[in-house]
Amino acid sequence: MTTLLQVEQIETYIGQYYILQGVSLEVRQGEITVLLGRNGAGKTTTLRSLMALNPISKGRITYKGEEIHNLATYEIARRGIGYVPEDQGVFPALTVEENLKLAMQNTDAATLERRDWILNLFPDLKTFWKKQAGVLSGGQKQMLAIARAYVNDNELLLVDEPSKGLAPIMVEKVMRSLEEMKQKVTVVLVEQNFFMASSIGDRFYIMDDGMTVLDGQMSELAADERLRKEYLGIA
Amino acid sequence: MDVLLNLTVNGLATGCLIFLLAAGLTLIFGLMDVLNFSHGALFAWGAYTGAWIYTQSGSFLAGIAGAVLAGVLLGFLLERFIVQPVYGDHIQQILITLGVLLVLGEMLKVFYGPNQISVEPPDYLEQSWVVNGVILIKYRLFVIVIGVLVFAGVQYMLQHTRLGLVIRAGVMNREMVEVLGFNIKKVFLSVFMLGSGMAALGGVLFAPYSGVIHAEIAMDYGILAFIVVVIGGMGSVAGSALAAVLVGLLGAYMAYYVPSAALAANMLLMVGILMFRPRGLLGGRG
Repeated sequence: MTTLLQVEQIETYIGQYYILQGVSLEVRQGEITVLLGRNGAGKTTTLRSLMALNPISKGRITYKGEEIHNLATYEIARRGIGYVPEDQGVFPALTVEENLKLAMQNTDAATLERRDWILNLFPDLKTFWKKQAGVLSGGQKQMLAIARAYVNDNELLLVDEPSKGLAPIMVEKVMRSLEEMKQKVTVVLVEQNFFMASSIGDRFYIMDDGMTVLDGQMSELAADERLRKEYLGIA
Repeated sequence: MDVLLNLTVNGLATGCLIFLLAAGLTLIFGLMDVLNFSHGALFAWGAYTGAWIYTQSGSFLAGIAGAVLAGVLLGFLLERFIVQPVYGDHIQQILITLGVLLVLGEMLKVFYGPNQISVEPPDYLEQSWVVNGVILIKYRLFVIVIGVLVFAGVQYMLQHTRLGLVIRAGVMNREMVEVLGFNIKKVFLSVFMLGSGMAALGGVLFAPYSGVIHAEIAMDYGILAFIVVVIGGMGSVAGSALAAVLVGLLGAYMAYYVPSAALAANMLLMVGILMFRPRGLLGGRG
């Protein structure tokens, strides 16, 4: 399977704090790669570093064979990487329509087709099309954030804890939609909810203290209670 | 009653001038989180440059065009070389833009001399009419019309164009705008130049309105613009328009009815509004 994103020993400081101390990832096309780890392990910072929101100080990031770690955030986005932040990052005073319109870099047939596809996947967004995004529920905001990242011709989506703060039924809905999107895009998913993540993930990386410490097939981790206990503290 | 109506027309015209100055400032703060104390200097440079071109060419329209162009150019230079290096640091922004205000103010004296300059409206804007006892001065109506047109234009740009959408989104979350593939630095520069051009337009219209201009208008009107932006709600153009009209009207009424309290009126208005609406009249509404 083709490698879409290669991350080699990246290190990131936030102010004086040494957050990422050696993160390496290989993300293969068409898969969902899940970043697991305890709170504060550096999962969110890893995604933010991939988008140059927290620029790396060492290491190398290549996307489709091209080095991207020296690019600005907007240049990385234009190369086809969509990002859904932990807080969803929707623009509350803009309508659902405006949020999506802003994200659409083109209005060609392919983009409109992707928009229609994602709106069929998340019909709630159609219902609230003219409403301000600020009035949406947490789950609906999450749907909007994912739709916004998907609507462009992005080949890779970085999704940060989409289940955070959502009701279980919404979590299920969001996870199933990511699974459906897997046919069209590659996903790097940060997720605390291991059982949800393991139901849709293909590969996993476990992070601890700003480093990737273990990786493999998700099915292996799901089947190995000892590993889960040791690295994630769950049975 | 006639006096009240006359004061209202005067107050509206003053409000329109203040709006031209404050609208750019509120966008610059709202989008870029930059405290730009040099904004008043752009107003003053607009006034002087416009007056100079108007005097030399005899064309007031050429004066307006030249002033706006000078404002946009100064805005470009300021953003690129002065403001960009201090993004994210309010203390440095205040210090450096205050410095720019002082330097640009003094440079006006170097270029145009230390004395105040008289500026008359062009002949075709000199007339006035009396309608039911209310004196309507053509130049003041012209200022009101320009103010309303600029407000409508800015609102149209914000609500109906892609740049406007980016600016509105950027006021809420700059980082996400970049994540969606927009070069925020270019957007910042465009907004800074737009705001500077509007301040210069305010300045060139102010010159014949006031009749005289002097370098101190940079400081005086710069402070007034900040008061208006705070009252209106930082980042809100509609809020600035509302606040500018309020400040203009209050200034006109107070100067006539309670002249001794006129100077304190704006501060009292600001304190009164912030007590009940800490984010300003339309703060947080984009």
